[in-house]
Amino acid sequence: MSIDSPTRTATLGALVRTPLRGFDLDLQVAAVPGRPLALVGRSGSGKTSMLRAIAGLLSPQEGRVELGDSVWLDTERGIDLAPERRGCGFLFQDYALFPRMSGWRNVAYGIGGPRRARREAALAMLERFGVAALAEARPPTMSGGERQRVALARALAARPPVLLLDEPLAALDSTTRREAIGELRAVFAETATPAVLVTHSFEEAAVLAGELVVIDAGREVQRGSAAAISAAPASAFVADFAGAVVLRGEASGEGDLTLVRLPGGGEVWSADRARGPVSLSVFPWEISIEAGELPPTAGPGDSRLNRLSCEVTTVTTIGSRARVGLAAPELLVAEVTAVSAARLGLRAGTPVVAVWKATATRLIADV
Amino acid sequence: MRRSWFAGVAFVAALATVAFLLVPIVAVFANVSPSRLIDALGEESSREALLLSLKTTLIALAIVIVVGTPTAYLLAARDFPGRSVVLTIIELPLVMPPAVAGIALLAAFGPKGILGGWVSDAGIELVFQTAGVVVALVFVSAPFFLRQAVAAFAAVDGRLLEAARTLGAGPFRAFVTVAVPSARGGLASGVALSWGRALGEFGATLLFAGSLQGVTRTAPLAIFSDFAEPGGFVSALALSAVLILVSAALLLGVKLLGGDRPEVDEGTARL
Repeated sequence: MSIDSPTRTATLGALVRTPLRGFDLDLQVAAVPGRPLALVGRSGSGKTSMLRAIAGLLSPQEGRVELGDSVWLDTERGIDLAPERRGCGFLFQDYALFPRMSGWRNVAYGIGGPRRARREAALAMLERFGVAALAEARPPTMSGGERQRVALARALAARPPVLLLDEPLAALDSTTRREAIGELRAVFAETATPAVLVTHSFEEAAVLAGELVVIDAGREVQRGSAAAISAAPASAFVADFAGAVVLRGEASGEGDLTLVRLPGGGEVWSADRARGPVSLSVFPWEISIEAGELPPTAGPGDSRLNRLSCEVTTVTTIGSRARVGLAAPELLVAEVTAVSAARLGLRAGTPVVAVWKATATRLIADV
Repeated sequence: MRRSWFAGVAFVAALATVAFLLVPIVAVFANVSPSRLIDALGEESSREALLLSLKTTLIALAIVIVVGTPTAYLLAARDFPGRSVVLTIIELPLVMPPAVAGIALLAAFGPKGILGGWVSDAGIELVFQTAGVVVALVFVSAPFFLRQAVAAFAAVDGRLLEAARTLGAGPFRAFVTVAVPSARGGLASGVALSWGRALGEFGATLLFAGSLQGVTRTAPLAIFSDFAEPGGFVSALALSAVLILVSAALLLGVKLLGGDRPEVDEGTARL
């Protein structure tokens, strides 16, 4: 079953100003179809409130929320549409499935029409997420991953014009998390609706979203792609926070290890198992920089398997550390000490070799 | 396992409590033979009283549920200035002596009450009327339901209601399809307590509506009037036995209906 809603491909814009406990939320975001937006920040930074304001669950003191031409909230003009009239697909952090309703009734809740049609549509949605067997099960008997699939089916069943996800991976264990990432990516790819997700994990945001907005105490600290933010963090706060850079590649098995071929020609080893198209992530502090070019293979005295020839694109010094943007030609980010950066004479255009261990390379299979 | 002296004391206290509560109930049945019980039901006055009790308590209960459920929902969901004052007001009849409730109702809605003129202008007669019984029952029994219902709604996970709203449900649909089923257990026990209180209502009814056979003489009033007649003790006993059975069945039924409550298995105290 298709979960696409082709007629609704408008851009979501939201400006929200409202006092929260201890600080003011003051944020402006826009989400375009096909490019999920992630609000990233520590817990209590106001990101969930932003999501709730978009859905209509929170009425801000001041703000505008609009989807294309339709205005959902405009405090100046006294417009504040009720959540049921906005009809956002909202994935709650703990899923908020109705505990006394069976799986299919949960999914059918947002679908209109006669009972039989609703049931059929709900079953098709459950089927789409591979949980048709849970049609008659009650949420308390489901596992975390099953609940998420049912909740996703429910949120998408009514073809919402906007998809909002609050910490979509937080309640899952690491194995289920990988599956969920694939599932969410597939959803983002299939639905041509703006999507906003909230997470405290920069890596999750990097894996799931096309654009990130880093938030601290209700305000935007930096925005851009994960790689751009990681390569040139605007502050020490963002640097502490912003990590993993995500690359895409094609994985194949090589003995016990996995070899990922990057579209730009490089090769990366990983201890994780995966085949086919994958996303690959490495934290900047795992990557070392060696001056000069090549050799492309590890020397006999080196346990680090990965060596990529790169060119330095940016050098951003934050206190004693330096974030170094690298073009491999895919964008990579390394973090070294400011002293090392100076000693190596790193600046835009310097040819270097990025070196890291296969065990520091994490893979997530693309769907 | 070694048990402390306190466990022994608590056990004796529990035994005494259960025995003390059970003995009078057993005594009623010990004094009434089953055939006498059936005879008592055959008596016109007893049957009338029982039917009147059933009718008035059901009407009162319906009013309490229909008006009380949204009231309780509002009180549980919204925080507003004076909320605790309102909560205290709706609980006041709980601790008010029934006779005081009867006098208060007369002072409010009786012929000389502050709203008496308005009530009679509206063509409503309450005193010495079945409608008066219902008013008295609602007054004394509503707080039992409201208290439970407010607590039950307050315990409903707010995110479930928000989920319902984002899925297109208006406030009313979210209330009916999510809040009420989630609060079912608490609402059911509120219904049981409220109904039980209404069935046993005596003082307020007597003072406000009087004790007219077939009109305002509910089962508890009939028991009293039987008891006051010479040789009427046995028939009072028989009617009491019926009331005990009815209320026990009611309590059990509602408890079963409202079951499926989360089991509390953590934190069971070990003495």
